[in-house]
Amino acid sequence: MSRFAMVIDTRRCVGCNDCVVACKTENGVPEGYCRDWITEEVHGAFPTVQLEIRSERCNHCDNPPCVSCCPTGASHVHERGGVVLVTHDKCIGCKACLAACPYNARFIHPDGYADKCTFCVHRLEQGLLPACVSVCPTHCMHFGDMDDPHSEVSMLLNSRQHHALMPDAGTKPCIFYLT
Amino acid sequence: MTVLTALSELTVSRHNPLVDPQLHIWDWQIAVYLFFGGLVAGLMIIAGVRLITVRPQQREALVCCTIGPLIGLVFLSLGMFTLFLDLSHKLYVWRLYTTFQITSPMSWGSWILLLVYPALGANALTHLPEAIPALAKRFPVLVTISDYILARVQLVVGIGFANVAVGIGLGIYTGILLGTLGARPLWNSAVLGPLFLFSGLSSAAAVLHGILILTTPDDERPAFADFLLSVMSQLTQARPLDKNVAPVLERADNSFLTIELALLGLLLLGHMTSSGVHQQAAGLLLTGSYASVFWVFVVGLGIILPLVLQSLELDNRIRHTLAPAVMVVFGGLALRFILVFAGQESHWFQF
Repeated sequence: MSRFAMVIDTRRCVGCNDCVVACKTENGVPEGYCRDWITEEVHGAFPTVQLEIRSERCNHCDNPPCVSCCPTGASHVHERGGVVLVTHDKCIGCKACLAACPYNARFIHPDGYADKCTFCVHRLEQGLLPACVSVCPTHCMHFGDMDDPHSEVSMLLNSRQHHALMPDAGTKPCIFYLT
Repeated sequence: MTVLTALSELTVSRHNPLVDPQLHIWDWQIAVYLFFGGLVAGLMIIAGVRLITVRPQQREALVCCTIGPLIGLVFLSLGMFTLFLDLSHKLYVWRLYTTFQITSPMSWGSWILLLVYPALGANALTHLPEAIPALAKRFPVLVTISDYILARVQLVVGIGFANVAVGIGLGIYTGILLGTLGARPLWNSAVLGPLFLFSGLSSAAAVLHGILILTTPDDERPAFADFLLSVMSQLTQARPLDKNVAPVLERADNSFLTIELALLGLLLLGHMTSSGVHQQAAGLLLTGSYASVFWVFVVGLGIILPLVLQSLELDNRIRHTLAPAVMVVFGGLALRFILVFAGQESHWFQF
């Protein structure tokens, strides 16, 4: 078994949006929509202000509420790596999965079905990295199998401080941010 | 000395329609669907109980057992239509019925909705010839069906219990549908299931009560063609108090409204004593952007005022009018609208 995860180094990310453009190009994301995006979080009082820039997307959670609430089984966990996917011709567009996702990572595609990041599963099957990871100019994004202790992502998570988004929501997200 | 204010800001480049800047995926269609779902659930439970417990000589029982289920079938179809309107991938709606997803309340609901039609239909058919003799005269098969059911006591009881059971399932489902969505703290409460059930029961009792008032035989009874126009004038017009009619449903409605008010209080109490995100969510209703409509239309005009008016009517202290029943129905609708809209505004803290 494998468990795919993404590790993003917030000390390297500059918020250049290359990952966003790469995703839109690779996946034909319609104009006005995005599967991944940049978030800038600022804390503190001048001059000790702290800025964290993050490339965000679907967290491909271990406990995905978008899957458990889907009435047709369109939202499902792919057998390879636990990637959360949507089968377009099973989706009825009820939008329950959009309401269930605390990260607001999903949207309704103009064709009517729920859409989101797929970790570029079509590229993974060809042995390639997700498009966003492959184009990152600062090499801040890392992708791999969290269940393999020798993988790059496992070693980074073991050696660096990190956090996930909204862990209290109980979804067990699989995207981690190095701090 | 200058004190610098600490920043705590989040800037997101995402701009997906219906999601940003504020989640608004569900509009009036879902609010109306949930209202009709609760109302039909209430009609089913009342119809089932009346079928089991009361002989049909009373006009009130006939209305509850027959007219209630018949209009319930119409309301259910309207509700399912508004749900269909909300779907963004409409051609694939049949996919709901190719699978059963045990963890999905919506999947449970879609199958429960299919059970509602035969249960309501059977309940309506049991006493249809007595309730609508003209229809039975035109379609004699209705008499045959009714006689067949009534000749079998176990079948009558079975139909009654089926309506109560499916009604409870339907009513609770409409609340659980939202209550299981943990990403929206305002909805995330098990109280929402019973709250929507009792709100549906109070609306159903009010609808049946309204039908009984409007169809009470007297000199001023409106012709059917004038029915809709006359409803407005009936709102403040005193009606004769039918001893067999009003007290039963008004007392039931008062009980449902009292329980609904208590459940609403428990929902807010639960949120206010929970985590920060839940407190923030409850604040939307208590003091936030939805507070005025919540307190005025749901609590004031939808529950407390009709409760007081109906209590005074039962004590014969004020004239008996249609107004409290109308208030209860609109209060139930307002509850669904406010919870659907405010719930989408509630969210987890990003940091």
